[in-house]
Parts: sequence; structure tokens; C-alpha cells
Amino acid sequence: MKAKRTTLLLGELRESLAMALHAIAAHKLRSALTLLGVLIGVFSIIVVMTALRVMQNNIESSLSELGINSFMIRKHPMMSFGGVDWEKVARRKDITLAMGRKLAEQASQPQSIGIETMFWGGQVETRLGQSAPTVQVFGETPGSFPSRNWVIADGRAITEADVDSSRDVVVLGAALAETVFPLGSPLGEKVKLNGLNYTVVGVLASKGASRSDNQDNVAIVPLTTGLSRFGRWNRSLNILVQAKDRSSFESTMDEVRGAMRVIRKTPPGEPDDFEIISNDSLIAQFNQFTRVVRIGIAGVSSIALIAAGIGIMNIMLVSVTERTREIGIRRAVGAKKRNIMTQFILEAIMLCELGGMVGVVLGIIGGNATALFLRLPTVIPVDWAIIGLLICSVVGIIFGTYPAWKAANLDPIDSLRYE
Amino acid sequence: MSLIRLEKITRRYQMGGETIHALREVSLTIARGEYVAIMGPSGSGKSTLMNLIGCLDTPTSGSYHLNGADVSDMDDNELAEVRNREIGFVFQTFNLLARSNALHNVELPLIYAGIDTDERRRVALEAIESVGLTDRMHHKPNELSGGQRQRVAVARALVNKPSILLADEPTGNLDSRTGEEIMALFEQLSRSGNTIIVVTHEEDIARHARRILRIRDGLIASDEVQGRS
Repeated sequence: MKAKRTTLLLGELRESLAMALHAIAAHKLRSALTLLGVLIGVFSIIVVMTALRVMQNNIESSLSELGINSFMIRKHPMMSFGGVDWEKVARRKDITLAMGRKLAEQASQPQSIGIETMFWGGQVETRLGQSAPTVQVFGETPGSFPSRNWVIADGRAITEADVDSSRDVVVLGAALAETVFPLGSPLGEKVKLNGLNYTVVGVLASKGASRSDNQDNVAIVPLTTGLSRFGRWNRSLNILVQAKDRSSFESTMDEVRGAMRVIRKTPPGEPDDFEIISNDSLIAQFNQFTRVVRIGIAGVSSIALIAAGIGIMNIMLVSVTERTREIGIRRAVGAKKRNIMTQFILEAIMLCELGGMVGVVLGIIGGNATALFLRLPTVIPVDWAIIGLLICSVVGIIFGTYPAWKAANLDPIDSLRYE
Repeated sequence: MSLIRLEKITRRYQMGGETIHALREVSLTIARGEYVAIMGPSGSGKSTLMNLIGCLDTPTSGSYHLNGADVSDMDDNELAEVRNREIGFVFQTFNLLARSNALHNVELPLIYAGIDTDERRRVALEAIESVGLTDRMHHKPNELSGGQRQRVAVARALVNKPSILLADEPTGNLDSRTGEEIMALFEQLSRSGNTIIVVTHEEDIARHARRILRIRDGLIASDEVQGRS
């Protein structure tokens, strides 16, 4: 009995599917126009979700340039999506070298504290070659290296002595060293950075291929050297702090925040007049921004899908009327109401799914066009593809039920006579 | 035991506030293997009678036993099952699925009976062969002549081995020669033991049957058994 039930269900399903495809194929233009609505709705969801994921992957990997258990203290927020009083931020005191030094003295918990600033892009020249003028130039103290995830591959890092006496030394990134010294070690060689002479004392290990390539295209000079050569006016420094381990991360952050407030004489009760940025907080901020986009696109898509659903319902009602006699025939040879209902709901779902599948494919292609355009790795959001198709089925069921119910409840006698 | 037993069947319709008595307390029994013609002018109630016998409709009052089961108070699902199992319809306008080929049309009742694919194919082929259309089974209805279409319909009606073959003006859309062919097919089916009920208003067609029921104004006007001519 159970076996027979299963055969019955399977046979019914197969028959209904075949009929649905038949019916859709019989009116190609009509079906195509109808499923266009679903296609657009699903496309808009998938294209945005794919594009967001492409950007999110990129942002997450570029944000993690901060080393493990590290955070940064800055005057300005790193990025913001509204809610920042920029005038207030602009009135904040600059973070100075002296503040950084004081913090390094006072804070006991951090593993290392570095002070840094970033200068405009520069060009490196040597007797052997020259780089493009896109080298990122950092001014650093020794404490920055762990927080920045910089590992010395050859030579040495910037030392306290370099900083104290503003020596003209430079540490080159792996890619940059490769470019300007294609043969042999650059250690001890002279380079011209924006026209001024430096001696190479170290080369960084490459950060690997998974990072975007400019992270190896860096030149690091002692902070003090950089400040005196590139100018200190209107320049606020950043402080990089690395906690000893994950478990002390929070308490280190609290200690540093408190110390910083004392150093900057922030009145009690006032909010911090500086920003503390960690990988986590940046990713959280990005996600908060994308959530707004997600909610927006969900709203727009649901309106599109409701419109599409009404279109489907309309065409299904037409289809039921056109096929009244077919329904009568099926009822006469023994189809139950349930069979007719299944047939028409499946037809509506098939219509939606066809539109949905094309929408998903186009959406993924469209979203990855962003990836191509921004030269980022492509992604295939499997979860959203599945969600998209599920939504299609739901639309099909919601808007196919009434026409199917109507079809199932036609009077067999009348429908057999229907002309 | 009789195959069909109608007792005091009444069927009323409401039409625009007016009550129409299509059938008034009709009682009737038909035994297995009979070949019956139901005749009557339009509006006499013969279509209503046919719909009731075919389980497409239920009576307002009275009882209907088909093959021992009381059909008159079955619900929609049970009626669909009875139609599927016990009744084979042949219509004036053939009523084939236009987009499906002959074979698939014949398979249709088996699908709703839940027969699996292989068995279904085999039984449908047998039925198509029995009406002599094996070479046309992959054609769609609009590629078949009227007579061929009606034979597909007969094959579909017989494919589930029903108790009754119920034909409503089966020759109404056919020329007289093809009509005779179909009636000859019915004759042959009757001889091989099928119960056949033909609804018609043509004397020529009714004469093929062994028993002629005449309906007038919702009542049975006459019920005569004729000898073989």
C-alpha cells in the first residue's frame, strides 16, 4: 500500500512537471514575459549580494593588515557611514610623538607600542632602476613592526637609535626591493626616496600572494626622519598597540584608553577625543553599513517580487480559463481536486523557478562584473543562490494557490462543455 | 446482482431563481453486460442522467448503487476514484488533450490510478492496439481523423477496465460511415462482455443497443428490450 502511494505521488509529480513544462513551452513569449518579473526581482537581490560579498572579502583581507591582537589609536575614524560629527573630530588635538612616548612609558600591559604616520606616495630610485611613484612611505618606531605584521627577511628593522638620531635609513618591502634591486641583496645600498638619499638596512618578508600586491610595495623610514623631511605641520600620528595575547586584548585596550585620556587631558564624562580601531571594529562597521544596503535591497526586491507574483497570478488565471476543458477531461477520467491543484501550483512554481534560475545566473555574473572591474577575486554566493530560488518557490506557491484552487473547484460537467 | 441500481433519483437545479426538475424519482437497474441506449429530446434530462450514472454529479435525493457501493453520498475524492476505476467516458467532442499524443491520452486514467510507468505503458499499448491505432499512437489529436480520435477516446475509456463504458453522442461529430465504424466497435466490445450505455437522440444509433430507455420531462417514458435484428 505504501509502495503504491509512493508510486502514485511520484507519477503524479512527474506528470505534473511534464504538463507544467508543456504548458510553459506552449506559450513561450507569454511565459518569458511573465517570468521576466521574477527574473528582475531575483537578479536585483543576487547582484547586490554578490557585489557586497566581493567587496566584503576585499575589505576583510585589507583590514587584517593590522597584526594579531593589535589596535590603532587615531585622531580620525578610519571610515564611516554617517553618524560622525566631523567638525568635532576636526577640533580634536593632534596625536603627537610626545603623547605616544608618554603612553609607551605609562601603559604596562601592551606587548609593544609603535608610533607611525603615513606619508604621500613616493618614488624610489637606485642606480639599477626606479619604481613607480606609488610606493607607500611609512614613518615608524620599532614598536610598530609587530602590530603591522611586518617581519624582517633580511637585515634589520628600524631601531630606537635610528629614531632618536633621525638616521637616513630605510627598510624596503619585498616587492619594492625586487623592483629596484633585481640582482643581489639591497643591504647597504643607497636609494633615493623622492630625491633624498637613504641607506637600505633591511628588507621585509613578503606578505604573501593573497594580499593585494601594494602591501609589499612599502618603504619604511624612522618616524623622526620622515617627520623632518616630509613636514610635521598638521600631521596627527597613529599609535599602534599590540596586546600580549587574545585574553588580555580587552584589558589592554581599556588601560591604553584610560592612559590616553589622561595624557590628552580629556575631561571626565566627555567621550574619547580619539578613535580606537581594531580589525574587529572595522569589520563590524562595514557589516553595519552593508546591513543597511541589505535591508534596502530586500525591500526593493520584495516589491519587485510581489509585482512579479501578481503577474504570475494573472497569467495563471488566464491559463486556467483557457484550459477549462482540459481540467474537465482530467476530472472525468479520475483526477481529484488535489491532483489539479498540484498541477497548477507546480506550473506556477516552475514559471518562477525558470525566471529565478536565469535571475540567479545573471545576478552572479553581474555581481562578479564588479569583482572584475575592481580586480578582486570572484565569488559565487551559493547561499544566496539557494535563498533566491527558495524565494521563487514561495512566490510561486503564494500566487499560484488561488488560480490552482479555482481550477480544482471548477465543476467537471461545466468544464467538459466549455468552449 | 445489478451493476447499476437507481432508486427514486431526483435532481433539481436552481437556475436564475427558478427550480428545474431535471429528473423526477427515476428508478432504474442495469445488469452487467447490458448494452443500453438512453434516448430523449434535448432538455429531457438524459444528460443529467448520464452525468449521475457517470458520477460526475450527485442526486438531490434518491440512492445510486454502482457495483454494490452507494455512490449517492460519496465525497468529491471518492467520486473521482469511482470515475477512475468504474467508468470510461466517450464524448461527442472526443475530449482528448490537444497537446498530448494518442498514447499519452490513453495513459491519462492510469496516471491518476497510480500505476507505475512500465505497467502503464504496457496497458495503454494494449488498449491502443485493441482499437487498431498502434501505428498512429504518437500522433496528436489534430493529426488524426475524427474516427481515429474517437477510437483513441474509446481506448482511453477502456484502459482502466471499467465496469461501464458511458458514451455521450459518440457519433455526433462523425460522418455516418465513420459513425458506423465506431458503432461496430461498440458492438464488438459489448460481445466481449463490456457494459455499454450510449446516450443519443439518433434512432439509428440507438438501434444497435439491446435495450432502449426513452426519457421525457425527467421521467422514463419507455423501457424496451429489443430482439437481435
